[in-house]
Amino acid sequence: MGRLPFVLPLLGLAALLVALGLGMTRDPKRLPSPLVGRPVPEFALAPLLDGGAPLVASALAGDGEPKLLNLFASWCTSCRLEHPMLMRIAAEGVALYGLDWKDAPEDGRAYLAARGNPFRAVGSDPDGRAGLALGVTGTPETFVIDGRGIIRHRHVGPITAEAWEGTLRPMLARLGAGAAG
Amino acid sequence: MAAEIGQFALILALVMAVVQAGLAGAGARWRDPALVAAGRAAAMVQGALVLLAFLVLLLLFVRLDLSVELVARHGHSAQPAVYRLAAAWGNHEGSMLLWILMLSGFGAMVAIGGRELRPAFHARVVAVLGLLSAAFLAFLLFTSGPFARRWPPAPEGAELNPLLQDPGLALHPPLLYVGYVGLSVAFAFAAAALLEGRVDSAWARAVRPWILAAWSALTAGIALGSFWAYYELGWGGWWFWDPVENAALLPWLVATALLHSALVLETRGTLVSWTLLLAISAFAMSMVGTFLVRSGILTSVHAFATDPTRGSIILLIIGGFTGAALALFAWRAPALERGSAFAPVSKESGLVANNLFLMAAGVAVLLGTFWPLVIDLATGDRISVGPPYYALTFVPLVVPLLALVSLGPVTRWKTDRLRDVMARLRPAAGAALLAAAATFALFWSAGWTAALAALGFALAAWLVGGAVLALLRRFRVPGGGFALRLVRTTPASAWGMALAHAGLGMLTAGITAASLFTVSEVAAMAPGQAVDLAGRRLTLESVGRVTGPNWEALEARFRLGDGPGGRTVVAQRRRYPASGQQTTEAGIAFGLLGNVYVSVGDATGGRLAVHAWWHPLVGWIWAGALAMALGGAVAMADRRFRLPAAVRAAPAAVPVPAE
Repeated sequence: MGRLPFVLPLLGLAALLVALGLGMTRDPKRLPSPLVGRPVPEFALAPLLDGGAPLVASALAGDGEPKLLNLFASWCTSCRLEHPMLMRIAAEGVALYGLDWKDAPEDGRAYLAARGNPFRAVGSDPDGRAGLALGVTGTPETFVIDGRGIIRHRHVGPITAEAWEGTLRPMLARLGAGAAG
Repeated sequence: MAAEIGQFALILALVMAVVQAGLAGAGARWRDPALVAAGRAAAMVQGALVLLAFLVLLLLFVRLDLSVELVARHGHSAQPAVYRLAAAWGNHEGSMLLWILMLSGFGAMVAIGGRELRPAFHARVVAVLGLLSAAFLAFLLFTSGPFARRWPPAPEGAELNPLLQDPGLALHPPLLYVGYVGLSVAFAFAAAALLEGRVDSAWARAVRPWILAAWSALTAGIALGSFWAYYELGWGGWWFWDPVENAALLPWLVATALLHSALVLETRGTLVSWTLLLAISAFAMSMVGTFLVRSGILTSVHAFATDPTRGSIILLIIGGFTGAALALFAWRAPALERGSAFAPVSKESGLVANNLFLMAAGVAVLLGTFWPLVIDLATGDRISVGPPYYALTFVPLVVPLLALVSLGPVTRWKTDRLRDVMARLRPAAGAALLAAAATFALFWSAGWTAALAALGFALAAWLVGGAVLALLRRFRVPGGGFALRLVRTTPASAWGMALAHAGLGMLTAGITAASLFTVSEVAAMAPGQAVDLAGRRLTLESVGRVTGPNWEALEARFRLGDGPGGRTVVAQRRRYPASGQQTTEAGIAFGLLGNVYVSVGDATGGRLAVHAWWHPLVGWIWAGALAMALGGAVAMADRRFRLPAAVRAAPAAVPVPAE
């Protein structure tokens, strides 16, 4: 047996460290979206909840009030952790809309039934088409939409207390003030 | 004042760790027993200093000293005292200090004991452990001092994440850390062996108790984490394939392989370089686990505290230690390998196959964990790898492994005949066939599910049967019959092995049933209404409000079953006013055959949203894992681990008599 097999582990470690090191230079929470600065792409989704409002892109635009559009799924673990935060955000009176992404509608309904529904309207997107239009790569993901229906920001991953207080809430306040003035 | 004492103790501990590494290393180099003794003494003093610092941190949390930054950020006066203690290690700084406490504690134990080791080797192990302690103490002191003051003191602290305010989670990190740190000791043994250029069966015998301790603690820690997720996250899932869960599973898989390859090295003196490589990899994997939790490069349920600067320093520590060890490995290991031949059918072959399957499963988990990162780096896309990936890769690798497990213990070293091995296992094979037939008979209508279930239950019966047969073989007298005398003289390691393998069987049965036969119902219920769960009646009795020490809750009381045999199940939705967060406290009726699990949502218009599940045999998952952990602990008690090198008798090398 030559020496090579004994050197391989060292090369493997080097590869792992390079990947981890490069991975660290990327902020997992901040992803540029080509949609930032553009209107919400067109979609119309059936309501997830019986008797609920459907989720139509045009309804998210143009009434002057900034909104949050949150993508979630019942199979997504991070969404479960994020949910209490969404309940808190909704309790503050923020216009929060939900999109149940790549999820069986009955699972999505059970998910909201067990945790409470923070959304003004929830659309069901079982085959992920609306998510595709939004350029979504995973859940949870949240878009900040201004009063004219323009996407202003994309937040990837669960909304933590820091993200809410440090970024999203100030941004919504700024957008709301801009619309009023 | 207390905080300054803690800080000072940590600085002194860092100095002691450097002294320990320097003196023990120099003592080993120049064969100077006085230097070595001084190095060992430094290790003990270092352990005592870190213990002092940790006790000071606990005291600060109990007294809720809000002039300390860490306490102000994680302690709250409304929190019960026990969770204020848990909050001490429920954050980055505190958990690093706990980690270092374990490392220094183990280091001190190695320094105090070690009579079974050759003095020069012992000194090198102490030196390597000193270097590790020094690296982590420096990391803690320079990037994240737990005793930093703030001025003015905070009027009130922030609360620990309510999901973490739970007895299961208070114990989960310490257990995992015992596991990770135990693997650091195995690493120190491997590094010292490579420095000396000498590995023998005495080396394997000395390192195996540490591997067993680490493995048992990791097993119990992972099981506890899974149990916590089950009852606290509110939907009854017990494994998520989350990156940080994988980060605990990876070192566990490598440690399991290491446990078995060290057995071959101890008994037969072969697989030297492979065992060394596993010891280094197990350590590297446990470090990568820490790195994943700290750095935030992978988004995860567990990413409660993340910070890239800390991540890069931990990366440096991993790279430094593992890189140095692997470089030594590339240089020294080729000369260490001494083969002692074995036939294709032999215990050695079986254990090599065990190792290959475990490592392949480990690679599958590693790829699944890091693939999203690789894709992100290569294309900028973000993907997530979910359960379907693991069902296609991990499960097919584990099934043959489980089938092999029962063969190992009844196969002889060096050479054996497959037909004889199978004959010894005939009753286990019978039990497996019976389990498969019974599954088909009961669930015939379920189609493919029945086939999968039959495979799972057959493997479970095969594992338990194999474990029992492996023990019975030891009690048998040549010529027929059993002897009580042999029950008494059967070594602890044999009992431990049987317990662990039977536990693995229980785990297999639990996973099979819970994955394939879970039933769930969603309903909007008014008091008095009932739902049916696989033949069990669950009636909503009342809905009310209750308050706890630092929370208020909507509480629903259910009745499971009718008449006097019925049980009450209570589910809550808690709100923690201090942080504004909500948690779901599921109501669980535990049972031998399965659990009824209820999670409640909002009450609207007099009706309560209820999600109820029947989880068959799910408790066997954790019971099985605990049996495995216990098996490891029992095996540690084996007396041959306590014999000094000179008097050892190597009882395990005596082959079991043939029938």
